[in-house]
Amino acid sequence: MISSVTSFLASFVGEPMADMILNIVIILIKVAVVIVGTLLHVAYATYWERKVIGHMQLRLGPREVGPFGLLQPFADGVKLFFKEDIIPADADKPIFYLAPVIFFTSALTSLSVLPFFDGFAVANINVGLLFLLAMSSLGAYGIVMSGWSAGSKYSFLGGLRSASQVISYEIAMGLSLVGVMIMAGSLNLTEIVRAQYNYPTGFYAIPQILGFFVFFVAMFAETNRLPFDLPEAESELVAGYFTEYSGFRFAMFFLGEYTGMLIMSSIGTVCFLGGWTLPKFVMEALPFLSELPNFVWIVVFLAKVYVFMFLFYWVRATLPRYRYDQLMNIGWKLLIPLALVNVVFSGTLKIMGWF
Amino acid sequence: MEDIEKPFETKELTISMGPQHPATHGVLRLVLQLNGENVVKCTPYVGYLHRGVEKLGEHRTYFAALPLTDRLDYISSMNNNVGYVNAVEKLFGIEAPERAKYIRTMVAEMGRISSHIIWLGTHVLDIGATTPFLLSMAQRERILDLFEMLCGARLTVSYPRVGGVRNDISQEFLDLLYEFVLDFPSNMDDFETLVTENRIWKERTVDIGVISAEEAVNWGLTGGTLRGSGVDYDVRKYFPYDAYDRVEFDVPVGKKGDCYDRYLVRVGELRQANRIIKQCIENLPAGPVMADAPKFTLPPKDMVLKDMEHLIHQFILITKGPTVPEGEVYVGSEVPKGELGFYFVSDGTGKPYRMRVRSPSFVHASVLPRLSEGGLIADVIANIGTIDIVLGECDR
Repeated sequence: MISSVTSFLASFVGEPMADMILNIVIILIKVAVVIVGTLLHVAYATYWERKVIGHMQLRLGPREVGPFGLLQPFADGVKLFFKEDIIPADADKPIFYLAPVIFFTSALTSLSVLPFFDGFAVANINVGLLFLLAMSSLGAYGIVMSGWSAGSKYSFLGGLRSASQVISYEIAMGLSLVGVMIMAGSLNLTEIVRAQYNYPTGFYAIPQILGFFVFFVAMFAETNRLPFDLPEAESELVAGYFTEYSGFRFAMFFLGEYTGMLIMSSIGTVCFLGGWTLPKFVMEALPFLSELPNFVWIVVFLAKVYVFMFLFYWVRATLPRYRYDQLMNIGWKLLIPLALVNVVFSGTLKIMGWF
Repeated sequence: MEDIEKPFETKELTISMGPQHPATHGVLRLVLQLNGENVVKCTPYVGYLHRGVEKLGEHRTYFAALPLTDRLDYISSMNNNVGYVNAVEKLFGIEAPERAKYIRTMVAEMGRISSHIIWLGTHVLDIGATTPFLLSMAQRERILDLFEMLCGARLTVSYPRVGGVRNDISQEFLDLLYEFVLDFPSNMDDFETLVTENRIWKERTVDIGVISAEEAVNWGLTGGTLRGSGVDYDVRKYFPYDAYDRVEFDVPVGKKGDCYDRYLVRVGELRQANRIIKQCIENLPAGPVMADAPKFTLPPKDMVLKDMEHLIHQFILITKGPTVPEGEVYVGSEVPKGELGFYFVSDGTGKPYRMRVRSPSFVHASVLPRLSEGGLIADVIANIGTIDIVLGECDR
């Protein structure tokens, strides 16, 4: 079908031009699918979180809007959309407008390199992992700018906390992924998954336990979730950097945070849990699985992502919050040394040819 | 160029925490001077909830001032009532019958559980854990339901009366309470599993807000906040009122006087309160629940509706108040927050000449700067939680 469309277009604009137009259209469709899909997942991630935490806390969670409360995320969205958009008089307005956009956009941009199943990534680039880390650092700009521009001291402190937290844990997270890069020999996320498939255990979490642990802890800090939710510690800083935001600008921070959780979960899935694949020995034991079309494997990918999401919720319902200095101590004195040890360890084993 | 020569200057950040702030437990306002995250100076401002309870008390008869005490510490109104009626009874020179004393001890300990448990929940919530808060609220709900069954009100109970209690308790109430008492230790275990040995919880509370025993006494601290520093002082043990000298209970004390010790002390008190309730149910004597002192206690309602003499008696007591011996009296009682004292000066009329409330929360609020200065912002939150203040009582 595609070839007939190409030849039809070629009759107007010529062969090379037609190819380009078609590529652009396909990419746009992919982008739309990924963004809409992710936003729906984000919406239902909030629903699921409320249900999970509710049941952990002797409550029931949302159940009034729609059957089993399933329409609750939409009700929330509509509510936020129609809320008054209040801008403090002291705010530095251009920066105040820009901050949530930067935060949300950088979160969405990260989606472009994630391989959801074999051959499906909006941009299958060779520095995918670096790109993800870069984008998550860029999100910190949104936080710092919102904290600075709101003209509130609570926002300011929240922004400062978040900036130092994200930067410190970025290092630990980057280093924890170096082990994976060494093993896979690539920064391309699709290649990392394929390399894992060919590895005996089927996922890197087993030989890279140390890296996985560091990544797992840093993941919570990167997404500002409990027990590291200091930038928005309700009992200390009211709501931290987004204290002064309301309406849809607040929603952008909120969506950005949950998109961030999904992305961190996806990075964990891709780098440590084998992405969309099942381990090779499972595939060999059940040969009919390899007959399945490619896109079915997104189910495996999502299942793994939701295991991470569930852990996010579980931890949130269980643990209290660290103090700022304790958080920094863990980051610099525990996680970074551990990640460095892991890098040395992985490198040594690689040179000795054990990986 | 001169600008570049100048050394880079930093300046302290003054931040006003409260009166509207999620962690200040009401309308406490703290003005914090911060050097980065470090607290240089902390100044508490109180008075946002001042309603003039002491002055109002001078314009009401001794009976009519009772509901005012509900609104002092509104989460443990039962204990305030008990403290108030004990002070008034001492002034009148009457004594409640044995059964009423046991019932008062029992409901006061229920009040202690409901207050401590809301303290635990919110303290832990301030440190960031949400689940223990809801676990504790579920227990508090059962106590409030029992209060509702007892007297119709859940928060502002006004159940104890001068000379006894408002009405006798039913067997059904006792059964439900006994069920609660039997469940409570295991529910506390659930709670403690999440908190007591939690590493993050310990890191946030151990060695935070340390105050030595001597200093704690000098600041005038009472209740769990004092006992956390290792001072074994409990009004219930040293100046027993109601049936406290007839029940067995221990007074948990801490060692270091940090937030964690105060937490352990209050958790221990919860278990002791449960023990006291159990003993009260088991040893509850039979008999009347109002003292036989017609000059000082209101006549029974059914008699008032039937009988002219009782109606006149009620009318006189309500409008003019009882004829009270002249003099002054101070009675302290152990409420969940500390020692709540009532001091009356009587000029012989039906209304007090002066009513003074010694409020533990006010004293505890004053120690906040001592605990918080030199720490971090997050420690201020832990300290506000640990001293267990209620602004209704602090501001009166």
